Amino acid sequence: MPAALDVSRRSFLVGSAAAAGGLALGFNIPFAGDALAQSAPEINAWVIVRPDETVVVRVGRVEMGQGTLTGLAQLVAEELECDWAKVTTEYPTPGQNVARSRVWGNFQTAGSRGVRDSHDYMRKGGAAARQMLIQAAANGWGVPAGECTVAKGVITHSPSGRTTTYGKVSEAASKLEAPKDVQLKDPKDWTIAGKPVKRIDTAEKLNGSQIYSIDVKRPGMLNAAIKACPVFGGKLKSFDAAPVQGMPGVKKVVTVGDNAVAVVADTWWRAKTALDALTIEWDGGANAALSSESIDQMLKEGLAAEQAFVGNQAGDIKAAIAGAAKKVEADYGFPYQHHATMEPMNATALWTNERCEVWTATQNAEAALATAVAASGLSIDKCDVYRQNLGGGFGRRATSHDYVRQAVLIAKEMPGTPVKLIWSREEDMLHGHYHPITQARMVGALDADGNLTGLRMRISGQSILAGVNPQGLQNGRDPATFQGLNPGGTEGVLGYTIPNLLIDHAMRNPPIPPGFWRGVNNNQNALYLECFMDELAHAAGKDPLEFRRKLLVNHPKHLAVLNAVAEKAGWDTPAPQGIYRGLAQHMGYGSYVAACAEVSVGDNGVLKIHRIVAATDCGHAVNPQQIAAQIEGSFVYGLTALLYGEITLKDGKVEQENFDSYQMMRMDEMPAVESIVMPSGDFWGGVGEPTIFVAAPAVLNAIFAATGKRVRSGPLTKADLRRA
Amino acid sequence: MVSLTINGTVHQVDAEPDTPLLWVIREQVGLTGTKYGCGVAQCGACTVHVDGVATRSCSLPISAVTSEQKIVTIEGLSPDTSHPLQKAWLELDVPQCGYCQTGQIMAAAALLQANPNPSDDDILAEMTNICRCGTYNRIKAAIKLAASENRG
Repeated sequence: MPAALDVSRRSFLVGSAAAAGGLALGFNIPFAGDALAQSAPEINAWVIVRPDETVVVRVGRVEMGQGTLTGLAQLVAEELECDWAKVTTEYPTPGQNVARSRVWGNFQTAGSRGVRDSHDYMRKGGAAARQMLIQAAANGWGVPAGECTVAKGVITHSPSGRTTTYGKVSEAASKLEAPKDVQLKDPKDWTIAGKPVKRIDTAEKLNGSQIYSIDVKRPGMLNAAIKACPVFGGKLKSFDAAPVQGMPGVKKVVTVGDNAVAVVADTWWRAKTALDALTIEWDGGANAALSSESIDQMLKEGLAAEQAFVGNQAGDIKAAIAGAAKKVEADYGFPYQHHATMEPMNATALWTNERCEVWTATQNAEAALATAVAASGLSIDKCDVYRQNLGGGFGRRATSHDYVRQAVLIAKEMPGTPVKLIWSREEDMLHGHYHPITQARMVGALDADGNLTGLRMRISGQSILAGVNPQGLQNGRDPATFQGLNPGGTEGVLGYTIPNLLIDHAMRNPPIPPGFWRGVNNNQNALYLECFMDELAHAAGKDPLEFRRKLLVNHPKHLAVLNAVAEKAGWDTPAPQGIYRGLAQHMGYGSYVAACAEVSVGDNGVLKIHRIVAATDCGHAVNPQQIAAQIEGSFVYGLTALLYGEITLKDGKVEQENFDSYQMMRMDEMPAVESIVMPSGDFWGGVGEPTIFVAAPAVLNAIFAATGKRVRSGPLTKADLRRA
Repeated sequence: MVSLTINGTVHQVDAEPDTPLLWVIREQVGLTGTKYGCGVAQCGACTVHVDGVATRSCSLPISAVTSEQKIVTIEGLSPDTSHPLQKAWLELDVPQCGYCQTGQIMAAAALLQANPNPSDDDILAEMTNICRCGTYNRIKAAIKLAASENRG
């Protein structure tokens, strides 16, 4: 289990001084102030070997269920040649990262980047440590390092047969200079990485001993419950604290910023009970009349607007549509979605006028630190964030640390007392950073032989970047809107070669906070495109697989995953009686994915999803069984959105407040998932998200096959699936 | 003061009678393996056993529990993580983030106690806890593995 390092003020200053003369990539001067370093100095920023042979791998990225800790530890252990059974992990703090010139790189754990953007420096960290440990042993024996070998942390001097261990030479190794150059193993020689080893963080999740952010305990800690104005952009007008002052356990009623009020009490339940007894008046402000209907009108206008940002174009789409033998048109939509992590937002903060410390679950501890610094009124060297285990992330804990800001503001009202702020489920659902709403107008041009000669795709709707990172816009254009639809690059390329093409985006930003939600814009882009390809195939009188194959001929990796699912699902053979199939493929986060869904729809319109065959080509597969777990899990996330997911607004406020009105898919709706992990080996793609893209379109295409009905927007709870 | 028997120990707790059992377990008793997820008995992250019955503790006021009733939390399921379900969960690497898993295991343990050899339909009918990471298929497989180990 990762333990946050406690960094004392003294070690922080020592570390800062050391970092000034250090090198990049973890080969700088060891951080003498580390708590652990006192018993076992680090070999480099990534690796510590304790005298008992335990290997501690430091990880900048965070574990939120996706298996990244295990995967990164595998990569380090592979190069280090240590005993895998003795590997554990540890999170450095963002304060330490800042103090050491960001030696651990970017802490952000999003965009399926946990492994694919970290593998190089992590492997080099492991390889460098191995060289230093061997050199230390060789120095001790007075022999050339070239005569020494290592296996499972045991170093052998081959000519003499002498042996020693990593734990015995680690202190000597820590004093050596880091090698300037390291050689990485060829992945074909991997023995730990690339193998379906067990996760290293499972046992503590089975007996209640794993501590999540919500479980943090600090000496003398109080608890806080909060309500923020339920209308986005609204303010706190007034409240009457008198009636709750004498309630059991209540310590203080606190105004938080200009839009929230919190009660601090000895227990959270007492804080919440008192909060519910407060009479609060809100000023909804400019958005008090906002509704799903008004947002829908905003997006509908965008579908036909003149101006739009171009994402991908070729040929002359107007001429192609004008000259089409057959024109196919359809409008699609994708509603707002909430992350609904099982662990609601929470953070514990301790503030004095000299120091501010935060214990929280975050996908980006450096952003959490920046939030804490701003809220604390202190300088960055007086603040730090201790990373805790996440009860789910899915993007919610990546960009906005509103809960950290609130916790620090509350703690400032109670100097010297740690305060844990927990959002109720209702607060969590009302104050999300939602998957954005979009619609799409699709137009396809077919020639007389049923060939696709032109495709026009107009996306209308909300930009995430405009909401969370406006500096990332390119002359107003949000490039992330076109995930999976790009003409080139390594992230997400449109697989279809269509002679006349125009994909553009009319940005329409309702005043709802958007966020990155597992799969992000690939979700709706894949749904729009893959369902419409199915419509085009049927309009052309062609088999949906054959229709796609012809258009994917220039993109063999896209084609390969599609072919793999078609073959395993038995596309060319009849489905069992009453079962119907649908296909989808897409590329995102550097990986190629496809799915074939098998569904049945009863006479009463009741849908059953029986089986999903899913394939992913992620280049290198560091842990195939964990990739399979991500594939299974991504279908639950994607299908939950399709079946139930819709955040609606009325009077400026989200209408769904808990799992009774925002339903989740449960075990009885879960299809069998057959995973095909087919790494083709020359690139690094993500695995935490990609297969979610194809979940909804594969099922929707299967529903059409079963019923003849096109459902072009979720959730399916709104659709009548009875055969026409 | 209210008297509760949790994992074989009698606890005297200072809490109002309408306080949900979940929060007394977490805050007054200090056992945090039982999780808060929704507060309205929807998600099951707070599942504990009350006299052997899987119970969503977020919606059970302590006034409804007597001191004679036996409350078991995940910390009391086995002394050393050796319950057949815990072993099966480990064997199949079930958890992802893990937050819901203690509730899932407690729900499954009550199921196996009442029905040592459940069919797929029995499992689906009883296992209604939410897992946002989507570990449902591995949970189902682990329950079947534990049931078969019990038989073996």
